Amino acid sequence: MTNLFEYAPAPESRSIVDVAPSYGLFVDGEFVDGSGTPFKTVNPATEEVLSEVASATDADVDRAVRAARRAFTRVWGPMRPADRGKYLFRIARLLQERAREFAVLESLDNGKPIRESRDVDVPLAAAHFFYHAGWADKLDWAGLGPGPRPLGVAGQVIPWNFPLLMLAWKVAPALATGNTVVLKPAETTPLTALLFAEVCRQADLPPGVVNIVTGAGDTGRAVVEHEDVDKVAFTGSTEVGRSIARAVAGTRKRLTLELGGKAANIVFDDAPIDQAVEGIVQGVFSNQGHVCCAGSRLLVQESVHDEVIASLQRRIGTLRLGHPLDKNTDIGAINSAEQLARIRELSEVGEAEGANRWQPACELPERGFWFPPTVFTDVSPAHRIARDEVFGPVLSVLTFRTPDEAVAKANNTTYGLSAGIWTEKGSRILAVADRLRAGVVWANTFNQFDPTSPFGGYKQSGYGREGGRHGLAAYLEGAQ
Amino acid sequence: MTHVLDPDAPAAANPPRREPPAPYRDVTRSDAAFRAFLHGLPGVDQVGAESRVAVLGTRSIKTTAKAWAIDTAISMVDLTTLEGADTPGRVRSLAAKARRPDPGDPTTPPVAAVCVYGDLAGVAKEALTGTGISVAAVATAFPSGRASRAVKLADVRDAVANGADEIDMVIDRGAFLAGRHLDVFDEIVAVKEACGDAHLKVILETGELVTLDNVRRASWLAMLAGGDFIKTSTGKVSPAATLPVCLVMLEAVRDFRAATGRQVGVKPAGGIRTTKDAIKHLVLVNEVAGPEWLSPDWFRFGASSLLNDLLLQRQKLRTGHYSGPDHVSVD
Repeated sequence: MTNLFEYAPAPESRSIVDVAPSYGLFVDGEFVDGSGTPFKTVNPATEEVLSEVASATDADVDRAVRAARRAFTRVWGPMRPADRGKYLFRIARLLQERAREFAVLESLDNGKPIRESRDVDVPLAAAHFFYHAGWADKLDWAGLGPGPRPLGVAGQVIPWNFPLLMLAWKVAPALATGNTVVLKPAETTPLTALLFAEVCRQADLPPGVVNIVTGAGDTGRAVVEHEDVDKVAFTGSTEVGRSIARAVAGTRKRLTLELGGKAANIVFDDAPIDQAVEGIVQGVFSNQGHVCCAGSRLLVQESVHDEVIASLQRRIGTLRLGHPLDKNTDIGAINSAEQLARIRELSEVGEAEGANRWQPACELPERGFWFPPTVFTDVSPAHRIARDEVFGPVLSVLTFRTPDEAVAKANNTTYGLSAGIWTEKGSRILAVADRLRAGVVWANTFNQFDPTSPFGGYKQSGYGREGGRHGLAAYLEGAQ
Repeated sequence: MTHVLDPDAPAAANPPRREPPAPYRDVTRSDAAFRAFLHGLPGVDQVGAESRVAVLGTRSIKTTAKAWAIDTAISMVDLTTLEGADTPGRVRSLAAKARRPDPGDPTTPPVAAVCVYGDLAGVAKEALTGTGISVAAVATAFPSGRASRAVKLADVRDAVANGADEIDMVIDRGAFLAGRHLDVFDEIVAVKEACGDAHLKVILETGELVTLDNVRRASWLAMLAGGDFIKTSTGKVSPAATLPVCLVMLEAVRDFRAATGRQVGVKPAGGIRTTKDAIKHLVLVNEVAGPEWLSPDWFRFGASSLLNDLLLQRQKLRTGHYSGPDHVSVD
């Protein structure tokens, strides 16, 4: 049936944000040129070049680290904790005031739907600053030992899937605990971090407390390997995380890693089916599946398999894929050509290995990087799509018959970042959650985040926690 | 199981129970079986249902889509007056408004029905004959439903005799909450029979059922018993229509049609006052039940003040500026 109720385009205006033709590095409170060859950042929905961004060399990174060290010893370290809190509150409020600007810029640079950047990324980023602002003068009572002291300079490297939010997860706790920061945003999504630099200036944050160095892998390596960095925090792929762990091994540096995942979303036969289907969709298709804790493995009890899959397919048919700035878009663009190639490759492997691929009838825009929401059924635990992180809108469906089998299959992964349980039976939630080896277990919901709740993984999903009281420990001397 | 207020009523009603449609023919074989069936429906997680409607509430409906939605919403209104102070004159003026909601703009579509108490159905019928607009009458001791079955059925027959095309009945919430599901089922069957050719809308009064699990069970009960529409509320109990309740009812009619092949309509009533609310409901219909429900045959708004807001928004869309409340008629 043709749709009577065709939603007219409802584009969010991009005029609210000024994208400069070129950007420098943010070092010691100033925007400065980088010494490396500048790189272009594109809008993945159109392949339009948005801006040219400076690339930081080892010497640039060294300048940034020295600025951070200076700010730490002279200003930020000695500052009264309550005053540090004031700066964080000010940044949080500025993020809220300029929320629309950040949301539009995030969607332009990353390709995620404006509904998500507006309703999830930016509000959560502000919430992280508010939350940690409150901690700044209360660290003595955090239960992390007497008189906890900051570590010094934190070198932080963040991914492209939630550029501003991951920045907030890193910068807010570091500053609240009295550390200074050298942060490297991802190569494909540097723009909101640079807008954040502007917010730091607007908030009169002392120069050098936050430094932002853009660039590719080499810049990240320079940050991680710099001798005067006391703490390294990384969110990204397990592969890069492993090389960072190697580089940091044997040094005095403290390290937290938040890496990949292959989360199991377990649906029992007594689940609230409609909400479970919603949770499955939200779990693996939000942010185009570019989520490290995405529920990319659906474990569904055999007795409700057909019912759940039928509901799921009908629901996926209503997802609206299209321009990220349209307020009614549910699924935006894949972040880069490189990522798109990886998603395609793994999907083809899935088919070749014998799994059943299903995609809704869905028109993809001609330009830009796009991949339709995809469901693989008849997946065996041995298939690559059941083991490798796809980091795209691809769901692998496996079945189970008993709770024991569900737990065994859910834990049968090299990762352990998150998991979901769907059942109306409270006792089952507790019993199963106890046996899942995953950092976060959601019950009858998925992908819910809050700054008060620690987040982090088991096994190859990394170590250390971010958020909550636990997250503070990663930035305090003697507290871990 | 006996009826609380009239122990003899079940015996007086037709003894062989009407069977629900396949594949559910045997679920009403006993109270226990019926209870097991209704309680075996998948549960509803309230938090999840609320977040689903919150996300759908952010849909941005603009320009051509908004114009279509406003006209569709107007054509789905059951223009309602259910006051003790209702008079034939008031019903006639409502009927005039139903035929031509905006006298200044003849392109405005008429509403779906005028909804009144049964004794005024005749007045409404006379005023609406030949217009295609239906007369809906509330019956079965509306709004409480607290009367013997004989009285309720007489109420229905009287309204139909007065010319009602549609009957809005209330279920016995007391019996439902006490677990006497078969009593509620039998009563709906009996009312449906008394309706003859008139369409039957079954009011669940979800504000008194409280939980979304109950809303889903009552929806299935009413559909199995032969209701043509399921309706949220009488408008006399708060809360009346809410989006999560409407979501669960839309899921129920969708699933029921998939299982039985029979399509049932949905009517939220009470508390929907603004164009924005109405459009949120239409988005829900579109994305939950599907576009097959986007017509007055399958979706209605039970409302009175909603119509004026729809008209004001319609004028705004066509002229580019807001007029005031004096540019639509007071009811």
